[in-house]
Amino acid sequence: MPGDVTLPIWLRGGRIVDPANDVDLIGDLIVVDGTIRAVGKAAEVAAHARALEASGQTVRAVDLTEEQIVAPGFVDLHAHLREPGLELRETVQSGARAAARGGFTTICCMPNTQPVIDDRGVVEWVKALAAEAAIRVLPIAAITRDQAGAALTEMAELAEAGAVAFSDDGKPVKNAGMLRLALTYALPTGKPVINHCEDPDLVGQGVMHAGALATRLGLRGWPAAGETVMLARDLELARMTGGRYHAAHLSVAGSVDLVRRAKEQGLRVTAEVTPHHLLLSHAWVAGDREGLLAAPHPPSSTERGRSTFKADRVDLGRSLSDGSPPLHPQMGRGSGGGATSRYNTATKVNPPLRTLADAEALIGGLLDGTIDCIATDHAPHSAVEKACCFDEAAFGISGLETALGALMALVHAERLPLKRLIAALTSAPARAFALDAGTLGEGRRADVVVIDPHARWVVDPATFASQGRNTPLAGVELQGRVTMTICGGKIVFEG
Amino acid sequence: MSDRRNLLDLEDWSGDAITGMLDLAEQLRDQQQGHMSRQADTHHQADTPGVELETHCPGSEEEPHQAGSAAGAEFAGPQKLDVLRGQAVITLFYENSTRTRISFELAAKALGADVANMTATGSSVEKGESLLDTIKTLDAMGPAIIVLRHPASGAAETAARWCRAAMVNAGDGWHAHPTQALLDALTLRETLGDLAGKRIVILGDIQHSRVARSNCWALTALGASVVLCGPTTLLPQSFAAAYPDRAVSLTYDLDHALEGADAVMALRLQKERMAGGFLPSLREYRRHYGLTPERLAAYPSLPILHPGPMNEGIEIDPAVAHGPRSVIERQVANGVAVRMAVLAWAAGVLDIPEKMKDGTRKARKASEGHGR
Repeated sequence: MPGDVTLPIWLRGGRIVDPANDVDLIGDLIVVDGTIRAVGKAAEVAAHARALEASGQTVRAVDLTEEQIVAPGFVDLHAHLREPGLELRETVQSGARAAARGGFTTICCMPNTQPVIDDRGVVEWVKALAAEAAIRVLPIAAITRDQAGAALTEMAELAEAGAVAFSDDGKPVKNAGMLRLALTYALPTGKPVINHCEDPDLVGQGVMHAGALATRLGLRGWPAAGETVMLARDLELARMTGGRYHAAHLSVAGSVDLVRRAKEQGLRVTAEVTPHHLLLSHAWVAGDREGLLAAPHPPSSTERGRSTFKADRVDLGRSLSDGSPPLHPQMGRGSGGGATSRYNTATKVNPPLRTLADAEALIGGLLDGTIDCIATDHAPHSAVEKACCFDEAAFGISGLETALGALMALVHAERLPLKRLIAALTSAPARAFALDAGTLGEGRRADVVVIDPHARWVVDPATFASQGRNTPLAGVELQGRVTMTICGGKIVFEG
Repeated sequence: MSDRRNLLDLEDWSGDAITGMLDLAEQLRDQQQGHMSRQADTHHQADTPGVELETHCPGSEEEPHQAGSAAGAEFAGPQKLDVLRGQAVITLFYENSTRTRISFELAAKALGADVANMTATGSSVEKGESLLDTIKTLDAMGPAIIVLRHPASGAAETAARWCRAAMVNAGDGWHAHPTQALLDALTLRETLGDLAGKRIVILGDIQHSRVARSNCWALTALGASVVLCGPTTLLPQSFAAAYPDRAVSLTYDLDHALEGADAVMALRLQKERMAGGFLPSLREYRRHYGLTPERLAAYPSLPILHPGPMNEGIEIDPAVAHGPRSVIERQVANGVAVRMAVLAWAAGVLDIPEKMKDGTRKARKASEGHGR
């Protein structure tokens, strides 16, 4: 039963995918006392279970099919949990529950809270909140005090206190000299310095990818060069300092090229990409659901008709609760079948959704290892921050609960091998931040996820554990879902 | 109320629909000004692109055209119509405006509507009320139509999802200003006749212009070609791909643009653009893109349009703005007529023929199959 830490769990007959140990086999896994006791061929693991039962222990056996996947619990290097200070958007507890539902057992939370995680006191505060959470929450501390870009934080003490990395996320480190100092000063801590690459002079008030679509919609453009200009600078600073640099949420093809070259040259660089940049495009802002997650349902005849008439009912509650457009034929421009309303604030994210060609390049970077891992950039917002005009809406997508289902589209479309996807969610992020996570090795902490890769489900933000219902995937059918999450030997989600 | 409809932009409007709206504007204007003959003509043309005033107009029973005399124009003097009697129109403006707001108000009043005007300054908006709450509040008062001007692109389209009233876009950010484009089209039609094959130059700060964007859709739907002309910093190359199946082209050379042009529309150059670094100086702008008598000397009859307000001496010289070729005041006058037509249509009281061009959007984007 959920919450019973003492009960051994015996997962029988699933497909065990553990990239950290180069394992991909049909077999069993048994968890005892919070650690992985045995994993491998059914016969060997069964012996452990029988021994436990013989000694009078109750063992919870979970029978799986060979289709179902047993993998290490996912590791997210980039999540916004909003606490302390912004609890209307999310709390550590609600964010952790959302993570558990999404299969994540370790998440790193960004420091753009109020107050900013920029001194030991706030790190301890977040750790105290995290101690009550369903899964493991690790704080990232700010690079500069109050993320103001002017003075370094006490990085050494922050690392001692438990900060796993440094970032001014949401705000780029604009001053090259400051980033140089940060990369240098952080060297003895061994912790990576993360930058959100956005040249403020090029991006300005940009709200969507700069191009013909933004021009047509009359929205301010956020150009690709706004990212690559700063990333190129950062990589030169990493070269200069020998620092440990991690590039947050790459979104454009040019960034993949830059990181690829930097890695070839031996720089100590890692990079992440989000599910939405891999799978969506800027056309979603214009109401066109193009790409692998285009809604498969054909539009109904009533929706297709000449709907010059408004429906009688205005369902404000729905539009507010899930960030999706109300479902009348008249109200959105589009109507089912790959089209939805334009200016949907749920598609507003930073960096913005790019072109399908960029998404292709990002997938390529993930395939060849240029991009190490997938991070959600989970950015929950309250309804009021999204129930407004596109210009005024907050940037961000609530991503923890849809990540796996969305990403499985890459596997189903044979664009990404399952093992690479699992690695990008487990062993690779763990390695990037040197975290003790992302493996099913015997004797290791029992962070395990069970996935039904074929289960179809329609995203309904009203059912989210996250307080952030802001997702462009509302109403989109996904294939693949997490059915069980075990964190430290404890079942934290089962569905 | 079930037949209310929104005017958010002209992106999927057919040429026939726009022509229908312009016809309706002329007919309402004539009727309002007391020219009864045209209305009687309309009566005969019920099967051709035209309007069915007599079937929907609440006051039609008492109107003199029932007498049936179509011979010559009878002038009965300006009068208020009953088309929107008993219906409320609210104008909600988050930006300053003279022409647009007043002409919507006059148009609504000419149709017999009750009109309430609200501006962001001096209202609950200054207390921090969101657009959503403001729209819901106004909508709860039961207006037939809300006319919205807002600095954010997409505001009208977004707000339309939140209310029962018909939403008429009076300008949203850089995105659309559909009634301006309709009044421009009406002015051009009066000046040039059928717009098919005509070449219209839109000049100036294209990037930040909702007027330019709406005219790209409207004028090309009517068969004209649009030449966008302006400095490179205010006319990004992205415009070349923004209207893929429309006759829109770009040039950075005004003299080149003027060759073969049938009309020129100068846009307002906002002085804020200087602060944004888009231009080195107003002097240099005027030198390359100003409509001066010297530059226009070779085109003595070229009609000149401007949506206002003008910066005389920058994008347009006073001699041009107020010269014989200027149709700028004509635009203002047509604004009232066009907005009468739009309000009557949006309220669902009067119809225009065939609003949508079949498959307009489908041709552009296969995955979109919708009408409004």
